Amino acid sequence: MTERAELAASPGRETPEREIEELERRFQRTVDAEQRIEPRDWMPEAYRRTLVRQIAQHAHSEIIGMQPEGNWITRAPSLRRKAILLAKVQDEAGHGLYLYAATETLGADREDLTRRLVDGRQKYSSIFNYPTPTFADVGVIGWLVDGAAICNQVPLCRTSYGPYARAMIRICKEESFHQRQGYELLMTMMRGSAEQRAMVQDAVDRWWWPSLMMFGPPDDASTNTEQSMRWRIKRHTNDELRQKFVDMTVPQAEKLGVTLPDPQLRWNAERGHHDFGQPDWDEFWRVVKGDGPCNAQRVAHRRRAHEDGAWVREAAAAYARKRAGDAGGTGRAARTEGAA
Amino acid sequence: MSWDNAYESLTEEHDVSGHWAFGTGFADALAGVGHDVPADVDRAELAAYCVMLGDDALVFAQRLSEWCSNAPELEEDVALANIALDLLGQARMLLTRAGEVDPTVRPAAAPEHVPDEDALAYFRDERAFRNVRMVEQEPGDFAETVARLLVFGCWRLALFERLAGSRDPVLSAIAAKGVKELAYHRDHAAQWALRLGDGTEFSRERMRAGLDRVWPFVAELFTPHPVETRLAEAGVAVDPAELRSTVDDVLDRVLVAAGLPRPETPALPAAAGLAGRHGVHTEPMGYLLAEMQHIARSHPAAVW
Repeated sequence: MTERAELAASPGRETPEREIEELERRFQRTVDAEQRIEPRDWMPEAYRRTLVRQIAQHAHSEIIGMQPEGNWITRAPSLRRKAILLAKVQDEAGHGLYLYAATETLGADREDLTRRLVDGRQKYSSIFNYPTPTFADVGVIGWLVDGAAICNQVPLCRTSYGPYARAMIRICKEESFHQRQGYELLMTMMRGSAEQRAMVQDAVDRWWWPSLMMFGPPDDASTNTEQSMRWRIKRHTNDELRQKFVDMTVPQAEKLGVTLPDPQLRWNAERGHHDFGQPDWDEFWRVVKGDGPCNAQRVAHRRRAHEDGAWVREAAAAYARKRAGDAGGTGRAARTEGAA
Repeated sequence: MSWDNAYESLTEEHDVSGHWAFGTGFADALAGVGHDVPADVDRAELAAYCVMLGDDALVFAQRLSEWCSNAPELEEDVALANIALDLLGQARMLLTRAGEVDPTVRPAAAPEHVPDEDALAYFRDERAFRNVRMVEQEPGDFAETVARLLVFGCWRLALFERLAGSRDPVLSAIAAKGVKELAYHRDHAAQWALRLGDGTEFSRERMRAGLDRVWPFVAELFTPHPVETRLAEAGVAVDPAELRSTVDDVLDRVLVAAGLPRPETPALPAAAGLAGRHGVHTEPMGYLLAEMQHIARSHPAAVW
């Protein structure tokens, strides 16, 4: 506890180089001891930058991720499914909010991060650059995409930065709820008509490989892994997580009665894991770089919503300023008290 | 290194009472409520009334859900989705009650395996929908949505406060639950009306214009259908004409506080005396239903 207190930043003071080295050593000792770094603690600038980038990218993914499923809210084929879907997309907005709030503890600003997103200067998960042409896509996104997200995110509940770890605990609980909803929809559809079963298989065929890509490039091509693991921002490599995901998904696909579209997929008793094929990494990099089926559409949608809402945010800010300036309580704002 | 992960347990069997999905195992809002219809009440009329109030909620929920991912602020995406979910919940209970008290209310086109709420929502044609015309209008900009939510929220809250005393135990229970939700909807809309009315010059103009566009649909809210009148006399329904002064009073207070004039746009005429409660709607309604119903109708044998 005393060491934690000493780690606290001292604003307004130039820190000599030797002192920085000592702070860095203490920081790493805290991280190695599995203790959390909190907003007031000293942290290396690169750690702060990496976290802001990663958490913002995660927040953007939640917000952009509202679109592919939101696409089905008005067309959901039963009122129960409509309610489930609307509640789920609402949760994603909530996740985005917690995560933007976590970046703000690191000195970032939601408005600025949103600007970077809509200007294409910050990324979000590439999975949301694929279209959702059928209602089965809603179920498969819940099963595979939320499933992959959970595999990626459960270890983040123990990540070294406290506010991020705590946001992730709540997010993971809700994500597993979503995943079960998705799987239950697919189970229901597989028990339905032949047409519905074909719809589910088609969606699995389209989402399987992009889901595997969600874990990022293979370890030998991943530039961020090593440092992030040393800082305990990340706890497993991309390939470890991908393997875990495949091993868990295969029996679920069997139970569902769908085929995963990978001819190389088979159990390897020697390794105690499934062998599987590689996604098309050229496609992965093309989509990351902006050339996927929905990249332009997703960003344009977010930009339009943000820009169309600018006058509303300005009005709310102006109203708040008037109220704050209304110290005497005689202005119009003060008269609103009993109105609603 | 812990891999504890909800994904692993996905294929486990779950107790049906598990709270893992909306609509699955949550406490039934109508638990412990008797379902008997008072003996002197016409069941067909009670069902028709449930459909009217259910359609108001369903159609407005559909419109409000269009905001999802399009709102001016993330907090507003969350809030509008929340309001839409409340109304959707009310609609589901009301349409279910309609089917329960009068099975003939189910449209013939609905496949047998589809529950009453979905039979009514997805397999009726436009002329069979009984919602007021206000709720079917396109959302417009944020100010117009706030204006509509404000008027609708004030009106439905006043209605549900009285409906909580209905002699139909289910209507009474639905209304009692809905009052808490609607009080929040009204409050949310009123707060935005104040911010927009007393924010910037631009927002004030938009709010004023939004109210102007909503106002032609206000008079219809207070125009009783003969079913409403008869059921109100029987102590089951609320005569909407009685709500006018309560609603006007609340709206006037919000408008004054927001510094907004009371709109003077004239009421939208009915078509040959017929409006939403008779199933005669405005043109946006057909497109709303086309979008909402097309997947369900394209796959009549499907289970969702």
